[in-house]
Amino acid sequence: MPIISVRDLVVEYDGRRILDGLSLDIEHGETMVLLGGSGSGKSTLLRQILALERPKSGSVHVKGTDITRCSAAELKGVRRSVGVAFQSAALFNSLSVEDNVALTLREHTRLAPSIVDLVVWMKLAVVGLAEFGKLYPQELSGGMKKRAAVARALALGPEILVLDEPSAGLDPIVAAELDELILLLKEAFQMTVIVVTHELPSAFRIADRIAMLYQGRFCSIGTRDEIKASQDPQVRQFLNRIPGNIAKAPAVAAYFEKYLHTPEAA
Amino acid sequence: MTTVLEKVGTKTIEHLDYVGSLNMQLWATLRAMGSALPFVGNRYRWRATVRQMLQIGVDALPMVSLMAICTGFILAMQGASELRRFGALHYVIDLVAVGFTRELGPLITAIAVSGRSGSSFAAEIGTMKVTEELDSLRVMALEPVEFILAPKYLAALITVPCLTVVSNVFGILAGGLFMFFSTRLAPLLYFRSVLDSIVLRDVITGLIKSVAFATIIAHVGCLEGFRVRGGPDSVGRSTTNAVVKSTFLVIVADAVFTAIFYLTVKS
Repeated sequence: MPIISVRDLVVEYDGRRILDGLSLDIEHGETMVLLGGSGSGKSTLLRQILALERPKSGSVHVKGTDITRCSAAELKGVRRSVGVAFQSAALFNSLSVEDNVALTLREHTRLAPSIVDLVVWMKLAVVGLAEFGKLYPQELSGGMKKRAAVARALALGPEILVLDEPSAGLDPIVAAELDELILLLKEAFQMTVIVVTHELPSAFRIADRIAMLYQGRFCSIGTRDEIKASQDPQVRQFLNRIPGNIAKAPAVAAYFEKYLHTPEAA
Repeated sequence: MTTVLEKVGTKTIEHLDYVGSLNMQLWATLRAMGSALPFVGNRYRWRATVRQMLQIGVDALPMVSLMAICTGFILAMQGASELRRFGALHYVIDLVAVGFTRELGPLITAIAVSGRSGSSFAAEIGTMKVTEELDSLRVMALEPVEFILAPKYLAALITVPCLTVVSNVFGILAGGLFMFFSTRLAPLLYFRSVLDSIVLRDVITGLIKSVAFATIIAHVGCLEGFRVRGGPDSVGRSTTNAVVKSTFLVIVADAVFTAIFYLTVKS
């Protein structure tokens, strides 16, 4: 049984259709990359999988629970097995890195303080931030913030790890380090990993399967090789970096020509 | 014609929506409030509540007391200039005592708290919304209503009435100073007449008002924060809205409460 199963998901904002009948199964222990350009709906899909918003129709099952319809208590239960690192890291600025990671441990478990400290140290060590626990989020670099967010997502030992644009805004070396970290975590903890990204090298490095979104629909779902070999025009356009709508040089020239001949410019 | 109707209709629905959201938020907070209580609730929430009480209450003490002293002086001077013409200067004592316990104490406290804390609630929650911190709380199975709102509301409920009592005391003290300097009325005598003119009922109605004001300030401030959409400019707008709307609603609520107390006293 798939650990996450999305069925006929439709999402509309003010009558504008953002997701148009999506269906997707994510199997236990696989790394699924949601690939797509800006505005393709990948972040919206992620928000649905995390039950941050309700869909217009369709369902999202996580570990067998329909999170679009379940009670608040059930949702809490599901959420404890999902760790999320947001695009902006979203660390709590008033708490130190340690306290950020310790937050869910203190709130949801009855572990003794010394055990909490130990677990926090371990999680920070996994992402390579063991010496930086006492610092505050604003004292960290972008890459460190992302890694701290991953450590926080790992705190409760989740079955599902969700990463929203992990490499956005990072230099290629740090982004590559983060990719290796994701692979390592998957290997070590046998987690199901969902990564939203638009970075191709990163996607092809970490993915077991890739689901490619275009204008609120999946234009292709498959393994790395299947996507690479896909003949779908949208996939080809994305992989070969072919520009879509760009300003045509003659049109711009004609506009200036017209402007120069209007009386106000003269 | 239709456009006018449409506009009126849209605005009406917007305002009803706002009032509805406020009530829903109040209800949700009341249900989550148990966790913020000391001993029976979650100790992290209680600690957050204490931190909030320090921010809303203790940090506001100098400002509220100074405002109360100034208002006490103003009330005494304005009253004295009129009452002196009738040779009824001693009524200034009643004016200050009754005016502060019933009306001015709760009101100036509410205005000070709405400017200091209402705006900071909106800014804090709005920023958390913009930086996805609210979302990350929710995916960590920590409901913002319980985690952020309940401690803030509980702290406001406790501190605003306390601040009101402080402002009553300082306002009345200022009245005494005025009487001492203008008529050489002995302070002891002044306080004896103050105690004669204050009725328990007045103090209690003032405190009931201040509880209502605390509710308005905390919930309007937080709701404005939760309604932030988009970027930092929206946070600024919400902060302004929080102060404007809560001050407005405080005065409307004050009018309603005063009318109720006035009518019940007559019958």
